[in-house]
Amino acid sequence: MSGYQEILTDPSYAGQIVTMTAPEIGNYGVSDEDGESRAPQVAGFVMRDASPVASNWRASETLRDYLLRHHIVAIADIDTRALTRVLRSSGVMRGVIATGRELDPDELVARARQAPSMEGSDLVKDVTCASPFDWRPGDSDEFTVAPERRAKRPLRIAAYDFGMKWNILRRFAAHNCEVRVFPATAPAADLLAMDPDGVFLSNGPGDPAPLDYAIDNAKTLVASNRPVFGICLGHQILSLAMGAETYKLKFGHRGGNHPVRELESGRVEITSQNHGFAVDADTLPSTLRVTHLNLYDNTIEGVRHVDKPVFCVQYHPEAAPGPHDADYLFRQFLDEMEKR
Amino acid sequence: MPKRTDLKRVLVIGSGPIVIGQACEFDYSGTQACKALRAEGLEVILVNSNPATIMTDPETADRTYVEPLTPEMLEQIIAREKPDAILPTVGGQTALNLAIQLGELGILEKYGVELIGASIKAIKLAEDRLEFKDAMREIGIETPLSIYAKSLDDALGAIETTGFPAIIRPSFTMGGVGGGIAYNIEEFREMVERGLELSPVHEILVEESIIGWKEFELEVMRDCADNFVVICSIENIDPMGVHTGDSITVAPALTLTDKEYQRMRDAARRIIRKVGVETGGSNIQFAINPDTGRMVAIEMNPRVSRSSALASKATGFPIAKIAAKLALGYRLDEIPNDITRLTPASFEPAIDYIVVKVPRWAFEKFPQADTTLTTQMKSVGEAMAIGRTFKEAFLKAFRSLELTSKDARLFNQPPPGGHHTTPPQVAGDLETDAQLQRAVSVPTHRRMWAVFRAFERGWDVATLQRLTKIDPWFLTQFAQLVELKRSAELVGARDLSADLLRTLKRAGFGDAELAHVLGVHEEDVRARRLEAGLVPAYKRIDTCAAEFESFTPYLYGTYEREDESNPTPRNKVVILGSGPNRIGQGIEFDYCCCHAAFALRDEGFETVMINCNPETVSTDYDSVDRLYFEPLTFEDVSAIIERERSAGGDVACVVQYGGQTPLKLALALQEAGVRIIGTSPDSIDLAEDRERFSKLLWELAIPQAQSGTATSAEEARTVAAEIGFPLVVRPSYVLGGRAMQIVYDMGALDRYMRTAVQASPEHPVLIDKFLENATEIDVDAVADATGAVVIGGIMEHIEEAGIHSGDSSCVVPPYEMAERHVAAIRDYTRRLARALKVVGLMNIQFAIKDDTIYVLEVNPRASRTVPYLSKATGVPLAKVAARVMIGRTLADQGLTDDLEVSGVFVKSPVFPFVRFPGVDTLLGPEMKSTGEVMGGADTFGTAYAKAMIAAGHPLPSGGTAFISVNNQDKAGVVPIARDLVSLGFTLLATRGTAAYLRAHGVDAEIVFKINEGRPHVGDELLNKRVSLVINTPLGRESFFDDRSVRRVAMLQGVAAITTLTGAAATVSAIRSLTSSTLTVKSLQEYHARGVRA
Repeated sequence: MSGYQEILTDPSYAGQIVTMTAPEIGNYGVSDEDGESRAPQVAGFVMRDASPVASNWRASETLRDYLLRHHIVAIADIDTRALTRVLRSSGVMRGVIATGRELDPDELVARARQAPSMEGSDLVKDVTCASPFDWRPGDSDEFTVAPERRAKRPLRIAAYDFGMKWNILRRFAAHNCEVRVFPATAPAADLLAMDPDGVFLSNGPGDPAPLDYAIDNAKTLVASNRPVFGICLGHQILSLAMGAETYKLKFGHRGGNHPVRELESGRVEITSQNHGFAVDADTLPSTLRVTHLNLYDNTIEGVRHVDKPVFCVQYHPEAAPGPHDADYLFRQFLDEMEKR
Repeated sequence: MPKRTDLKRVLVIGSGPIVIGQACEFDYSGTQACKALRAEGLEVILVNSNPATIMTDPETADRTYVEPLTPEMLEQIIAREKPDAILPTVGGQTALNLAIQLGELGILEKYGVELIGASIKAIKLAEDRLEFKDAMREIGIETPLSIYAKSLDDALGAIETTGFPAIIRPSFTMGGVGGGIAYNIEEFREMVERGLELSPVHEILVEESIIGWKEFELEVMRDCADNFVVICSIENIDPMGVHTGDSITVAPALTLTDKEYQRMRDAARRIIRKVGVETGGSNIQFAINPDTGRMVAIEMNPRVSRSSALASKATGFPIAKIAAKLALGYRLDEIPNDITRLTPASFEPAIDYIVVKVPRWAFEKFPQADTTLTTQMKSVGEAMAIGRTFKEAFLKAFRSLELTSKDARLFNQPPPGGHHTTPPQVAGDLETDAQLQRAVSVPTHRRMWAVFRAFERGWDVATLQRLTKIDPWFLTQFAQLVELKRSAELVGARDLSADLLRTLKRAGFGDAELAHVLGVHEEDVRARRLEAGLVPAYKRIDTCAAEFESFTPYLYGTYEREDESNPTPRNKVVILGSGPNRIGQGIEFDYCCCHAAFALRDEGFETVMINCNPETVSTDYDSVDRLYFEPLTFEDVSAIIERERSAGGDVACVVQYGGQTPLKLALALQEAGVRIIGTSPDSIDLAEDRERFSKLLWELAIPQAQSGTATSAEEARTVAAEIGFPLVVRPSYVLGGRAMQIVYDMGALDRYMRTAVQASPEHPVLIDKFLENATEIDVDAVADATGAVVIGGIMEHIEEAGIHSGDSSCVVPPYEMAERHVAAIRDYTRRLARALKVVGLMNIQFAIKDDTIYVLEVNPRASRTVPYLSKATGVPLAKVAARVMIGRTLADQGLTDDLEVSGVFVKSPVFPFVRFPGVDTLLGPEMKSTGEVMGGADTFGTAYAKAMIAAGHPLPSGGTAFISVNNQDKAGVVPIARDLVSLGFTLLATRGTAAYLRAHGVDAEIVFKINEGRPHVGDELLNKRVSLVINTPLGRESFFDDRSVRRVAMLQGVAAITTLTGAAATVSAIRSLTSSTLTVKSLQEYHARGVRA
């Protein structure tokens, strides 16, 4: 229902127009602490009803002011349910938001067609960081979820930034991990050179298939026998590096309510999801085993290498927005790193 | 984990009669649970004392016990039926309390019965305030700060921590005596000292006040594998301090960031684990300080609740049904979602609309009641509405309340006055700012209207936030609505553009509302709207915000682009429901609507339900083929019928099952070309129209009490002079005896005409001769188009005439009626049914006085007694009548003779007086009961005793009976007093009554009336010396005395009888209780032996 600020600032949505199914948007404004990156990433924003005010003790400005300040085009008063139903039956498509009295629908459709398709393009290079940096954790606040446990000594993680959400970094910090963030194109050798306790591959926008450089680097990392953890696009890249293939989902997964089964325990987690591509179960090499399945469509939600400390999930254990049910995955990564 | 295989027979406990705080949401939940358990192949045994429920239909369970909900009765049922387990979580607090009692009495252990759904330990942990606080502390969840103090110094230290305002609760005082809220240090010192003194252990709890904080609820579920989901978040627009049942609420929560919401979700998961609810649903309440974001847990209910029913309707996720399956050992991921079919129930519903619930109160029935809303619930029903925006849902919800047009208007309201009577509207009678400030600051049932007046007066959001503590987001929405209204006013009806009209409709404004604002007729707005092509689209409630296809046509209307209703070309019947529960129009009508739907679906029609009451079975998407959750106004109903018609196929409409709500629409719908099936609207009008109806009775030579109508006070005096006092006076077209009174003189009549009603040519006042001391009779019958009539039952009232039929106990078969009267009543009923061309149900009230049978009124529609009679006879009258309405005859349904019952069945009402301090418990022609129970047995005495026990008035087997009766009743009370003495009672009586009794050879001790000196009867009651009160009203001079006696008796749980006939029935019940023990018998057993016509 809530969480529009996290969605707006999620780099995985870079270059896309996002429509919200929740009809009342902007009610609690925007807060300085709730961003998932420096600024909104979406190309456009579609709402049913936009709040003129921000009502929350943490709000620093209204959503309207925030979007204006960042020059993000947004549109309200739209039958967003009708739009959602179109997207449900036809899949994600290119679109245009335009204003003006003399608009020609045909011309707008032509303009939409000119937009590059997500499939086959590298969207990561637009959102990754320019050079390596060390993440400095902010103060943890009352909203910081207590981790199952903290690392006994500070652990060092080298992370690929394919468009990383800040809450992943916040979760690592909460688990007593220090993270150095590397650009997506950095050679794997650079990451391994800092002798990390573990390596992380982040989420990010679009299709994993064209990211040859990232897949090659992932192969090196897997071969290094260090603990490797990946989320979302990171999961797809790792799976590709280990020999699986990916495909475009007919119905992408978006939202904060998808049930996922953790196969070992049988437990169901309610998860935060945002992906249009998935790992193909039929192409899984014998070195990979499925750890998580989506209960809506039985697609793969997580895999693990049978004898290396490498695992990854398709969904978002860092939540933001969404439930915290899968936070244990950070602890599992901790376990792997401490085993070394 | 698959289903448990060791459970074969499960006992489901219902919630008993409808009372404030426990209404038909538990029929909805219980019915769902029974259906779910039986679908799993289990045998279901059901116990519920409330006959007006779908769950007590003999088809719902394998064995149905309509018996009192007491441990003694339950033990008998358990001993007979030997269930493996009891499901106590779908019957409200009543069922949970019973489960605890059964545990404490060792009955569960004795019969080896297991509780499923919630354990005794979990129930107790959730119930006990202190245990709950401790448990929360253990898992690191905050509750309101509280500190024990044993001295003033301790307390002064405590207040440093809690701050002001602070709540002082003395330890171990009854009902919180000596507690209070201190806003400053002086009040605090005073309250602490008093509290310490009153507490037997000289201890008080100083607690931080969270009044004014934001209030939220989460409806959560957990399965045996510890899977956990949140079904729905609910935000209370009224902040902390008002009971959630009395709050206007919205789903989903609208003012929480994701971080705040997820923190609450995490806390809810820890709480349900800690409390130990292993399977099923719970409701958990939280408060958030709006200035700091601090969150505290308030309470948790380890069961389905009113909020879970609301959440089920708001999301399409059937919580009670799933809870029942989880109790059998299923996991959430093993249960399919009905609506999407392909996805499992282990998910969290996403909703792409806004739901608003508004309570409905009945303060007009209890003029002395305090209308301030507090932490004790006072509302009797609720309406829910769905829209794509908050504004739309909010205005639709208010429209769904069906208040009188004067009370309903949020915009351009008439000047406010007393809420119960029409104020004298003289010039200059304007609300001052100070008055308005009070009206918005103090939460009452009319506060929201005051908020709208304040915005119209130009007050800003900041001011209203300060005064109301309502979240500024909601206040901004209200301010925007007032702005929109202003823009409509400014342009005026003539220049209203299609664009502005569209904006207004999208914001939820009803045609009638706009007409009022624009000063035109509703038809004008409607015509304008249709001309602009503005009709609602219908969208589906699908649990998933359109992510998956939905297979269940559960729909709501909204002014949007795309319509998803997808009507079929089948022949269909639209059933209009009864709207929010109120006194006089409650679950009985929903029961009938459901039965119409079940029967007509079986007959091959597509059934379409329109209703706006989230508590009901009728708004379960499972009950009908197509459900529209919409207000029951002409605008909303006719739009749906238009839409359903658009696909071809015949569309007919049933209006006679939902009480007055659909009847009020009948003529307008018929004029709009809707085909009404069953008795024609004209016949309904004929029965309602005093003059037409009198003429008809005259022609049929059926006696009626002398009567007349008046459109003014002068006319009333003339009519009264002709007929003579006493008189029954009432407005026309009301249900539940609204504003109905008995007047004994001209003064009282003038007062009534002046203050109680607004008589006018359109709304005349009906004046009838009051038949004092007559016996009243209710008859329900079904008639078909061939003129065949079958009488469902002749119900004799136990209280005499003058008490509203809904408030009177009654019995089938009649127990004291002469055979010739019974025969005459059958004859009159048939003739009236034919004369009125009734096709369907009909209810007639008769009175027998001095060997003459008078017709009091005829209602050619479903009545409140239909479900009770159906349970007593085993014949589903509402279904039979529904089939008649579509053209089938009674004969082809196998019904040729009047129905008979095997056994004796007593129906008794249940009252909400305990909720309203200061309100008289005396009964009269205005209905005041909220619900009913049924007692069944082989004799009248036993059946009446069971009904009394079920209604919460256990009868004494001995002790002291207090008798005080008016002069008229003195002769009649003698045999009753004599019987009581023979049953071993000692008698206590007021001076006059005692003297009379002694003169007739019955010994009675004299006791002071309350105004005569001490110790008086009130003292004796408080000292628990009195076990039975017989007190008939003595007239106005001793009104307050009587009233306090009855009230003290009620609070002490002593049966207080206010009529002689009631007293006689009570004596026969006591006799049967002392001569034999009560036994139980299922409806299936009664009906198997019953003689079916």
